[in-house]
Amino acid sequence: MTASTPTPAPAASAARRRLARARRRQSLARSWAAYRAQRTGMIGLVLLGAIVVLAIAAPVLVDESALSVTQATGGRMEPPSAAFPLGTDEVGRSVLALTLWGSRISLLIGLTATVVAVVIGTAVGVTSGHVGGWYGWVALRVSDWFMVLPSLVVAIALLAVLGRSMATTIIVIALVSWSGTTRLVRAQTLTVQSRPYLERARALGAGHWHQMTKHILPNVLPLVLASATLLVPSAILMESSLAWLGLGDPNVVSWGSILNRASDNGAVSAHAWWYLLPPGLAILLVVLAFMMCGRALEAVFNPRLRGESA
Amino acid sequence: MTADGPTPADAAAPSGAAPSAGRRPGRVANGFGRYLCKHVAGAAVSLLLVLFSSFFIFRLIAGDPIDQLTKERPVSPEERAALRAELGLDRPMWEQFWDYIIGTLTMDLGDSFQYRRPIFDLIVERLPATILLSGTGMVLAVLLGFWIGTRTGWRQGSRYDRGHVAAGLLLYSAPTFWLGMIVILVFARYLGIFPVNGMRSPSTPPQFWPQALDIAHHLVLPVLTYTAVVYAGYLMIMRSSILDEIGSDYLTTARAKGLRDDQVRDRHAVPNALLPTVTLVFLAIGGIVNGSIVTEAVFSWPGLGSLFVQAVFYPDRPVLQALFVLFSASTILAVLAAEILYWFIDPRIRKS
Repeated sequence: MTASTPTPAPAASAARRRLARARRRQSLARSWAAYRAQRTGMIGLVLLGAIVVLAIAAPVLVDESALSVTQATGGRMEPPSAAFPLGTDEVGRSVLALTLWGSRISLLIGLTATVVAVVIGTAVGVTSGHVGGWYGWVALRVSDWFMVLPSLVVAIALLAVLGRSMATTIIVIALVSWSGTTRLVRAQTLTVQSRPYLERARALGAGHWHQMTKHILPNVLPLVLASATLLVPSAILMESSLAWLGLGDPNVVSWGSILNRASDNGAVSAHAWWYLLPPGLAILLVVLAFMMCGRALEAVFNPRLRGESA
Repeated sequence: MTADGPTPADAAAPSGAAPSAGRRPGRVANGFGRYLCKHVAGAAVSLLLVLFSSFFIFRLIAGDPIDQLTKERPVSPEERAALRAELGLDRPMWEQFWDYIIGTLTMDLGDSFQYRRPIFDLIVERLPATILLSGTGMVLAVLLGFWIGTRTGWRQGSRYDRGHVAAGLLLYSAPTFWLGMIVILVFARYLGIFPVNGMRSPSTPPQFWPQALDIAHHLVLPVLTYTAVVYAGYLMIMRSSILDEIGSDYLTTARAKGLRDDQVRDRHAVPNALLPTVTLVFLAIGGIVNGSIVTEAVFSWPGLGSLFVQAVFYPDRPVLQALFVLFSASTILAVLAAEILYWFIDPRIRKS
């Protein structure tokens, strides 16, 4: 190739952008076809869609006053009846309404914490893999350290001193879960780094920022998406464990906090199965749905697992 | 084989001459020494970071413990000052930090606010219960997970495989505390065949055998819960490890020798597949601590996990701090142990 590369005229650059977009659309269509071929992944997606729709529609389906302790209409831990399809809690609120509304907080905390964790993890992973040197070494050590520490212990300790609120819960969960993403992204960055097209970009004078955002990040993102989908269930489980232990925000209703009230008020010894089953099954279903989607995405984007469909 | 010159470490040929036999162990020990130093130093830095961060979290972020200690009754400023002096809070921060480091290293962890007793004694008292519960649970989970994982990976795509993977994922998705509550509801409340919580009943005669049986009886439900949630992780680890081996040439060779299918699996595939799982099992020790905290809290099991949870709500800050360091240190040391063990079981690592 000679050095007579034409300087990109506006029209040429627009054409190139169009081409890039078409290519992206094509690869997206390919990934979607590969995803659709996996039955568990599709079941997970449908399940997840249904749960998200219910969570968004909760205010339409049940009025918020159903959560109020003072306006409760039922008796103490009544078994399921026509008026209360899933029975009532210790102050007479409908367990169905609580579970429906609880989905909003559980999903919100799980998703937000995951987004924060993944953004931190990706930023640290790409920069530490790309820049390397002293900074890369320190970043690797710190993320290793977070990886080894027992996450629940750190989360409980931090919540005990920071106080209980939704914001602290999100921060604490993000803090104990970013390191896995960092490791994954760093390893992927290192493999991308050694490919010829990055050398070409460097030779053409691309700066670090350009290399990281235009060349490394697009190659890392699919794997990040798969691992983020697998991070959401562990964030939701972590939130529910913390809330069950009594470390959740006392002013909101999440699945974990419903179960916390259930065990504090002796639902187990009262044989109030209707109080225990709905929130727990809800957690189980959401976690399962995210895991099914995440495993399917992983199979699509991780070539090592290709051909293996569970 | 010549006496001098570098010999590949993995060439496990019988050493011929006496001088060579004398030199080789030394060389290997050298490599091992460097490997050991590197990992021990890494673990030491991690442990120091734990000490720093625990001081940071519990003394700097958390407010004045005097407010928490005296929350129910009014205190005069003199009393306050006396209490501060007693706890050493009136001295400069760096002096407190130094005392804390020395105290932790010499196992002098201070007194619990809640029990008014040395924390060290509390830990010694409750450690056996935790080890009994999480040790039994972990061994069962590893054995079960590896046993099923080997067979599911070996027959990938079969109905057996799909069924076990689905069951494992289902249990893995269940929150530990909720599963515990359901298990109590079914087996202790409805069926009444196991105790609801705790580790022993007060009415049991004090002799050894009745006590042991009573503890075993109390142990069943917590271990069941714990194993059910954890084993799926090991199943998936072992399954993917077997899948990595399944296309290997040495398995074809073994089959060509006329070995039966399960012989090929157990004598050839499994030993190789076990190798990469060792570190993962040790790395999962953080998860074991997590699981044991929740399980102990559900079943009121008198171990370190329930002590930790109690300390959060008292709040008993010295206990929180000590257990935070203990839990974190034990996971760091477990990972170190895995790295050392790996040197002996995987010869490939010795070359790099």
